Amino acid sequence: MTKKQPPRVTVKVAPNVPFMQDGAATSVDPGTPVKGLDGVPGHPCVSTKTLPVTDHERDNSMDNISLQTDPSKYRHWQVEKNGQEMRVNMNVNPDHPLKDGYELKLNSYDLGVDIELADIVRRLRFEHPEITSLVVSSAHEQVFCAGANIHMLGVSSHAWKVNFCKFTNETRCELEDWSEQADVATICAITGPCAGGGYELALACEEIWLVDDGNSAVSLPETPLLGVLPGTGGLTRLVDKRKVRRDRADVFCTLAEGFKGKKALNWGLVDALAPKSKFNDKLSEHLVSKREERPGREERKGITLGEIPFVDEDDTRKYSTLSVAYENDRRVAKLEIQVPSLDGAPQSIEEIHAAGDQFWPLKFARELEDAILDLRVNRHHTGLVLLSTQGNLHDIKAWDQILIDHKGDWLVDQITYLISHVIQRVERTSCSFFALIENGSCFGGSMLELALACDRLYMLDEEGVEIQRSPMNEGLLPMTTGITRHACRLLGEEELLQSSSRNFDRLEATEAEELGLITEALDEFDFEDMVPVAIDERVSLSPDSLTGMEANLRFAGPENMESKVFGRLSAWQNWIFIRPNATGPNGALTLYGRPERPEFAWDRV
Amino acid sequence: MSKVDQNGKIPNNVDLSSDKRLQRALEHWLPMYMEWWNDMGPVGFQSKDIYLRTAVSVEAGGWANFDYVKMPDYRWGIFLAPDGGGERTIGFGDHFGKPTWKEIPGEYRGNLRRIIVTQADTEPASVEQQRYLGSIAPSLYDMRNLFQVNVEEGRHLWAMVYLLFRFFGKDGRDEAEELLSRRSGDEDKPRILNAFNEPCDHWLSFFSFTHFTDRDGKFQLASLAESGFEPLARTCEFMLTEEAHHLFVGETGIDRIIKRSAELTIETDGQAETAGGIPLDMIQRSINYWFSYSLDLFGGEISSNAANFFGEGLKGRFKEPGRYEDHIMKDGIKVIPIVKNGVVVEEEMPYRNTLNEVLREEYIADCERALRKWNRTLEKSGLDTRFKLPNRRFHRAQGIYSDHHFDPEGNLITEEEFRANMHEWMLNTDDNDYLKSIMHPVTEPGKMANWIAPPARGINGQEVDFEYVRL
Repeated sequence: MTKKQPPRVTVKVAPNVPFMQDGAATSVDPGTPVKGLDGVPGHPCVSTKTLPVTDHERDNSMDNISLQTDPSKYRHWQVEKNGQEMRVNMNVNPDHPLKDGYELKLNSYDLGVDIELADIVRRLRFEHPEITSLVVSSAHEQVFCAGANIHMLGVSSHAWKVNFCKFTNETRCELEDWSEQADVATICAITGPCAGGGYELALACEEIWLVDDGNSAVSLPETPLLGVLPGTGGLTRLVDKRKVRRDRADVFCTLAEGFKGKKALNWGLVDALAPKSKFNDKLSEHLVSKREERPGREERKGITLGEIPFVDEDDTRKYSTLSVAYENDRRVAKLEIQVPSLDGAPQSIEEIHAAGDQFWPLKFARELEDAILDLRVNRHHTGLVLLSTQGNLHDIKAWDQILIDHKGDWLVDQITYLISHVIQRVERTSCSFFALIENGSCFGGSMLELALACDRLYMLDEEGVEIQRSPMNEGLLPMTTGITRHACRLLGEEELLQSSSRNFDRLEATEAEELGLITEALDEFDFEDMVPVAIDERVSLSPDSLTGMEANLRFAGPENMESKVFGRLSAWQNWIFIRPNATGPNGALTLYGRPERPEFAWDRV
Repeated sequence: MSKVDQNGKIPNNVDLSSDKRLQRALEHWLPMYMEWWNDMGPVGFQSKDIYLRTAVSVEAGGWANFDYVKMPDYRWGIFLAPDGGGERTIGFGDHFGKPTWKEIPGEYRGNLRRIIVTQADTEPASVEQQRYLGSIAPSLYDMRNLFQVNVEEGRHLWAMVYLLFRFFGKDGRDEAEELLSRRSGDEDKPRILNAFNEPCDHWLSFFSFTHFTDRDGKFQLASLAESGFEPLARTCEFMLTEEAHHLFVGETGIDRIIKRSAELTIETDGQAETAGGIPLDMIQRSINYWFSYSLDLFGGEISSNAANFFGEGLKGRFKEPGRYEDHIMKDGIKVIPIVKNGVVVEEEMPYRNTLNEVLREEYIADCERALRKWNRTLEKSGLDTRFKLPNRRFHRAQGIYSDHHFDPEGNLITEEEFRANMHEWMLNTDDNDYLKSIMHPVTEPGKMANWIAPPARGINGQEVDFEYVRL
């Protein structure tokens, strides 16, 4: 899947026709009137007949998608800054879908729209530390947002749909994380019908404001109209975040047109109502109060996130801090990170700010994220990533120490949050990861944390091959579920957990094994024999089974809203996506917008 | 069922007295309705005796009972067309041939509610739009017609509200209250459909509205009169009998203006406004303006809702049983001109998705028929000028043409070209100012304002100089 990342490149567009499925749905549904006397939104639906195409053919037809963009390239969003208040207006250009074959009408969105949104959120994190509030609103005259483009879903392969949902989920989770971590008030200002993914975007904001004009409504019409689920955390956020009662949520989620005005407010679906004539004034007053609650950041100066340069050659993607070498026949990728020496590294806050996006920890996190996203979106044939590092433990410890020493500085904090976010993203990637700890590696602190995110850690038992824990492993880089990876590994071994905590010694393989930090310590001969076998074995297993197995094993321990969004909801959604009631020839998603009505198999499975 | 109860607070032929819950709910709504009527209904004249038609029965003749009535005393009631005896069957869509629904089919409850609320919202909206026109009426005859239209729009609201109360429980009651709280043209609580938020502040707009916009209502009601949900079908059927009068008011009103404008144009050698008349090009601009707004009311050219409503048996086509052979139309296609890469090209669409356009075409044909009559009036006057309907793509705010600009002939033009010519094509501020400046009340029985010709005959066989409103 995908994601975004700062600066750069354009979104490439794939060849169209093969991407199409035979039928196809229409563009979305904003639940309530867009006006048309027949009572209702006259929804555009373009139905195109082409020959059925398999997922395999579709995927092969796509060019690589770039996940980098920058404000000069936005097509779908307007960003306006007013003092310490930021406003982003969704204004989707219908003529620029990421792929041909559908139009983005009524502010409906596809991956291309979300790549821009993700870029916006990321730039807010680093480029605008002075802001106190973010308003998410719409520049479309008729609707706020009609949600994910149904036509796009209708013509997409299963893999594409899943990746799309994962990316959009990560964007919304990052919006929430950033809002909390940077302490910025986020308010969704809904002026017009707001359906499906549109309301899910609203749910990702702290507050939801709705214009009370008798027409604007919020809705999650996926179940009644499309036979699928709100796929971007809508259900979970409704009951877990907003704490809407389950029975009320049940009513709301089965009512295509959703709720307007007072009812939406009374049932907790929105936080504030205002008539159209007073909406902007009331919101402005509110933003002033939000600003006053957050004094002292006017002087902050953001840094600029430049492009992330890389070179693709001979199946190797090379960045300045890491490289990924793809062995496509073997379905294996080697991800190798180079930790630089500390010579000339910025030490003071001023030097760190001056270094900006060239500060190694930040540069590394951005590059790793781009590499992971490229793997997800463009290389999903890959089954296993082998993680290795080059450098020495002294250097990585020192780099980490800079972040620890300057904790409390907004930029340093945001860099740490980003590293944490990227490691979480690794864990949410549908691909196996093995860490290989060998001569010349430097798995200490943040690098060790990355290794702990892998499914297995093989360590060479040889003198000089060591790992080293640090404060970075004790809560600064938590898992999605909020606990440390250390605690997650040792859930049932309290003593071991205690004895290894605060242990920041350099550890050889046997010690590391005793402390439960690695999978196996292997001597030179075993390492040479067993690791290749383990790799071959791994890539021979069913990829679907592995994806499910890994998702189950990686997240032991407590759950939180975010983990439910990814684990529970997306699992159900992905199941529903392949069921005939949704995507079979007579399924609701297939037929949406077409003249025929869906036919369901009535068995509850 | 079709026996009319005239004794209760609410005249009806739906046996209200045997459904106490419903009766109480409607009686509870009645004072709210009256409050709305007093606040937002016609300004002035509420205490005057007006020669109005009141429905007292749904049988032939019974719905046209004429007498002097004060508007607030008008017997707003609930009338369904007779059931005609025998079992009705659904006449189209996927349930074709099955018995009609007497109660709401649960799976279509949401869609039916949307259909009914949207239709219902137009009824009070038009009353609000027209509320100041009484004081500048060109004659007592016209004033009476205005108020007749107003009270009947009020009754149509009752008809729709009955359906909401009877079949939609609490949701229906909430919607019924909302219908009284939205206001035409209000920034905060506008009416649902745009044409019903447009100002209608002089009589050229009133006649254009009743001709073009109420005619949309005729086609919507006619297609809902085919509905498989029988109470909706029979309600709409009866509303159509009243709606016909509204169209008559609009069509003949414009015809009378044309007749008078032609006379004045000839008398003044083309300068009708020097004699206080309405220039013919201004009439053309009013046609362009109201026709295009009304076309929007049919919804998008390509609409999954339209397909669903038809497939589900909720909304049929105009005169479905007689005019069409295939009532299922699952596989048909229809060609729709769409804009692609800057040119208009024809594209095939699944027929059911184009049903808004199918209905719009029926409407356009009906408008063309009326236009031919108006042009005959011009012809008789000896002038060479003729009116034209603009192309359906012109000045659209809904549907697939709304993102582009077209001239009245339907040619794709730039936004700049459209803006430069807009004032020549559509009723503009100067026109409206002028029209308001010539509209002075004429209240002597039989006398007409200078800008309009007298009607050919009076109401209900009365003379034109009958005292239609006792001032």
